[in-house]
Parts: sequence; structure tokens; C-alpha cells
Amino acid sequence: MRALLVLVAVLLSVHVGLLLLRPAGSSEQVGHGPRVGIVFDMGGRGDKSFNDGAYVGAMRAVAQLGAQVRFVEPGEGSDREAGLRLLAAEGMDLVLGVGFIFSDDLMELAVEYPQTAFAGIDFAVPTGNDGKPVTLPKNLAALKFREEQGSYLMGALAALSSPNKKIGFVGGMDTPLIHKFEVGYKAGAKRVCPECEVVIQYAGVTPEAFRNPGKGKELGLSQYQHGVDIIYHAAGSTGLGVFEAARAMKKRAIGVDSDQWAEAPGVVMTSMVKQVDTVVYEAVAQVKAKQFSGGMHQFGLAEGGVGYVYDDHNRGDIDPQVRKQVEELKALIIAGQIAVPSERR
Amino acid sequence: MARTAWIEMLFPPLVALLVALVAGDLLILAYGQNPAAVWHLLVDGTWGNFYGIGQVLYKATTLCFTGLSVAIALRAGLFNVGAEGQLAAGGFGAGLAGLLLPATMPWFFAFMLMFLAAALCGSAVAAVPGVLKARFGAHEVIATIMMNFMVLALLNYLVAAHLHTPETLHTQSIASGLVPRLSVLLPVFHGSAANWLIVLAILAALLVGVVLFASRFGFELRAVGLQVGAAENAGISVGSTWIRAMLLAGALAGLGGLNFVLGYKGFYEDGFAGGAGFLGIAVALVGRNHPLGVVISALCFATLSQGGLAIHALVPKQMVEVLQALVILAVAMAVPEVRTRLARSVRGKP
Repeated sequence: MRALLVLVAVLLSVHVGLLLLRPAGSSEQVGHGPRVGIVFDMGGRGDKSFNDGAYVGAMRAVAQLGAQVRFVEPGEGSDREAGLRLLAAEGMDLVLGVGFIFSDDLMELAVEYPQTAFAGIDFAVPTGNDGKPVTLPKNLAALKFREEQGSYLMGALAALSSPNKKIGFVGGMDTPLIHKFEVGYKAGAKRVCPECEVVIQYAGVTPEAFRNPGKGKELGLSQYQHGVDIIYHAAGSTGLGVFEAARAMKKRAIGVDSDQWAEAPGVVMTSMVKQVDTVVYEAVAQVKAKQFSGGMHQFGLAEGGVGYVYDDHNRGDIDPQVRKQVEELKALIIAGQIAVPSERR
Repeated sequence: MARTAWIEMLFPPLVALLVALVAGDLLILAYGQNPAAVWHLLVDGTWGNFYGIGQVLYKATTLCFTGLSVAIALRAGLFNVGAEGQLAAGGFGAGLAGLLLPATMPWFFAFMLMFLAAALCGSAVAAVPGVLKARFGAHEVIATIMMNFMVLALLNYLVAAHLHTPETLHTQSIASGLVPRLSVLLPVFHGSAANWLIVLAILAALLVGVVLFASRFGFELRAVGLQVGAAENAGISVGSTWIRAMLLAGALAGLGGLNFVLGYKGFYEDGFAGGAGFLGIAVALVGRNHPLGVVISALCFATLSQGGLAIHALVPKQMVEVLQALVILAVAMAVPEVRTRLARSVRGKP
């Protein structure tokens, strides 16, 4: 009995003693720029794509704009709203949700906190009862990418680089979002090479289709065996299986979202990149300059929201002639002379 | 004697809490933060304001249901690892029933039908391991884990491929039978997800208490859980007790799904369970499989979960998960150790 009382007393005093310790550097650094709160998607940091892109953009805003950034990684469903609400209640200047899953919660909070700027990456604008997209609150920006424009260039690049005049596409989950990649890619290929064949396949109809490298390899192998030279994937980590197939068959592939050259050097000739970091940085910069505006914002080639990789790593993988033609197409899209489709007809 | 009873009740959790606190302190220091600041943020973000309290109550509601589910199965000697799948199935059942019901249906009937759908779906998922165990002796841990995989994959497919609204992973909103939030009557809870299903959770805990300790079925269930052979010799049908225990456990976990679907969002969303079913195991064990204990430990785990968001400013998310694990470990280790010491000291002084 006495031993237990002593134990409790000891534990209590140790605890109180530890409370007083204040490690050096534990106080938060304070910038003078805008206060920004970012809530990540479930995937969280370390996905080498979306969330990490947002993180990079935010850190650049810290370095160059003096922004003070706080991150929240939600656990379960109700944490998304709770995270956004926590940041809004703290009086952040900008609250950002990374991923379409935040759309409902952002709509609700933007109405409740009219003084705070909200932004959602890949925001899905809901349709009202009349079948038209609803009007967004003034303080809510829907940041969407024109993946079809970047994919259009990839289609042209693949078709021009294919000796067999046969190229492939491997999508992840069969959804309208991934159809944007597909139709852009196909349109780009047909523009430069009407007689080229484009093989289109999807890994599945559930979100699992984005996390299935085995299925990706299977689809990749079958396409390459049927004479396809280059496969463009929009399939998350399923695409890593496509790279695997390309390596085995000594063929080539095109990456997506971020620069995937390092996943399979020599196999990945280039990647269609979504500049999530640029978009996040720009949003912070707008808030800082008091120029934040709500509504739909589309980021395409003209805005630098999408693009493709051409650097020291892959310069040798792309024929200069091909590169020149692709750049011409890019200029035409930016000038508005080519309208890239974004939906299946 | 009364004093000893109090000491026996008070000491073990107190020591466990202190052990967890000290270990947490060290961890936070190792990360380079001041423990006092982190604990302060945690308390402030949970019990420091009504919004925080509301969030804790909301999370505790689901955990209470899954905790009760695991607890009642454990009382029958079954380790129900499948509360996660049962929870998801219950939520899906309610969401699907809500879609099929006409919007004009009176609230009471709509709610009751969705209530039944949730309980039935949860039960149906739990029935499979129960029957497999009773009829073929298949181990319920394996069976419930496998059911989790199957149910979650099936629901994922159904929602993603057929039932979702465009560009989302959730179903259409339910028109009638939704449960209002606490903030409707108590505006201080504004913004929090807490809703009146918390009353249902408390009623469920009471009911489980009555069933376990004041009914013939509860007696049989506990007898089977304590000593299968003895129960069988006493004329209790072990297999049917197991099946009934699993049906009840599944129904409880399934009802937990109402909290998100009817009490919070008003639709079924793929992945809403988010581990609350698995956490139910810890809730039941820390609550010592007693309904009152489950309610209290559900509140504790909900506090940690909500507090985790609040202390995000100073420490990463993974740290919160480690803290949670520390609490479970401390309870698992400190409680029996303290108990034996207490018993020894009581025996030493007649």
C-alpha cells in the first residue's frame, strides 16, 4: 500500500518536473506574411504526388512570402470538417483543403466564415437541383487543373515517338476525372497522327484501381505485346506496374502528376505534371496581395498549372524534332487556337 | 472494507494514467517541444470549449457502440475483430434504406426503418463468423478479419461504381429520418457534429448492462465466456449462445454507423468508419468489458482523437497515435500489476 502511494507520488513529481522543461527552439517561428492553414487528404504527406506537392508550395510560400503555415492531417471522416473549422476559428487568412473530398465541407465553412478565404484543390463543384453548377461563395476558390491539356501534349509526343504508330493509355479508376486524361491524350495523338492507333484500358472501377501495380503490369504487358510502343498512365501507383512492364519489354512509358523519371530512368521518357505547388503558392500570394478571388479557377498550360518534364534527365529520350512539334502545339493551345476536349463524346 | 474497494477502483487507472503521462512527456521532449504546452493545447481543444466537447461527444458515440460490440462478444469468450466491417455495413444499410424510402415518410417511421436496417446489416456481417464458430469451430478472429476485408471491399465497390454522386465517394442525401444535432436545442455546441444519437448510445450501454447482468441470456453468455466446458455441462447450448452474442455484437456495431450517416452527414460515405471499429477493441479492453467502463473509455479515446487535431500545431499526427498506443499499453501493463500489489498488501494486513 505504502509502496504504491510512493509510486504515485514519484510519478506525479516526475511528470510535473518534466512539464517545466522547455527544449530550446520549441517556440514557433513567427513570420509576418499571411496565416495559412492546410488540411491534407487522407493519403497525407509522403504520397510523392498531391499532398507533397501542396506541402512544397506551402514551404515556398513560407520562404518567399513569409507565410505562417499550419498543417492538419485528418484521421477519420469528421476530422476533415473539424480540421478546416479549427483553422478557420483560429483566424487564418487562407484555409486550404487538398483534394476533392473536401468540397462539401469547404462549401459549408465558407458560408459560416465569410471573412476567411477558402480554397479547394480539385474542388468538385456540386450541381444544384436545376442541374447547373451552384454558385460558389465569394470567399471560396475552386482550384481545378486542365489535365486534358497536358495529356494532349503527351498524346502528340507519344504518337510522334512511336515507330509502330500504336500507343496506349492505362487509366486507374474509370471516372470522369480520369476520362479528362484519356480524351486529351487521344485527341493529341490524332492531331499529329490521324492513322495512329490508341489503345485505352482502365484498371478498375473502384479507388483500389489507383493502388494496384500488379494489374498495371498485366495491362502494360498485354498492350506492349500487341505492338504498343509507349504507354501513358493516369493510375496512381498502378502506373508503377506499367513502368515495370515497360522495363521488362524494353519499351517506354509516360508518367503522371509529378516527375516520375526516377521511378524508372530510361523507361519514363517524360511525365505530365500537375503543378499543385505552384497553385498553392499562387493562392497564398494572392491572399498576401489582397487579390484573392473566389469562384472557379482553371489551371492549364497558359497558367503553368500543367506541363511536362523536359530537363537534363530526359533530354536524350525525346527527339528534338518531336519536342519542337509539341512546343508548337503547346503555343497553339495557349493562344486558344486548339480547343482540347475534356469529356468523352 | 469500503475503503479498500475504493482504493482498488481508484489506484489502477490512476497509475496507468500517470505512466502514460510521463511516457508522453518524454516523447514530446524528445521531439523538442514543451510537454506543458502540448497538454494544454490538448485539453483546450477538447474540454476547453463547447465545440471541442461536442466533437468529443460525437466521436465517443461511435466508439461507445463499437466498444459495446467488442465487449459483449468478449463476455461470451469471442474476440470480435470485425466491428469495423459491421460498423461500415450498418452505416451503409442505413444510408441505402434512406435512399429507398420516400421523402414524405414521417420522421419516426423513416428513422425506425433505418435503425433496423443498420442493426440488421451489422448483425448479418457478424452472423457469418458466429455460425462458422458454432458449427465448424472456425476461429472467430480469422473469420471476423476476413469479413472486414470482404465487407469493406464490397461496400467500396457498390458506392464507387454504382451509388455515388458524381465526383464524390458518397451517396445522395437522405431526405427523412435524420437525427438533429445537439446544437439545435443547445446552441453552444454550434458547429460540432454531436447529435442526439448520443442518447441512443447511453441507452445501448444500459441495455447491454441489463442483458449481461440481469437476464438469463446474459448469465448463459457469461458462463460460456468464463468456462465453455462447465457451461455445456450445465446444459447451456454453447453454439447458440455464441451465435446470439455475435448477432447482438453486430447489431451494436451496426447502429454505430447511424452516428455518421444520420447524425452527421446525412449520407453514407465510403470509408467513414475510419478505424472506429478497431479502436472499439481498445475501448472495450480498457473499459474492462463493462458497459459503464466502455462509456468512460469511449470518452477518453474520443478526447485523445479530437485532441490529436488540436495539438497538431506542435507535434505531428503520428505522435498522437503513439500517445494513444501508450495509454493502451499503460492500461494493459499497469492495471494488472497494481491490482496484484494491492491484493498482496490487503492480504498482508488482515
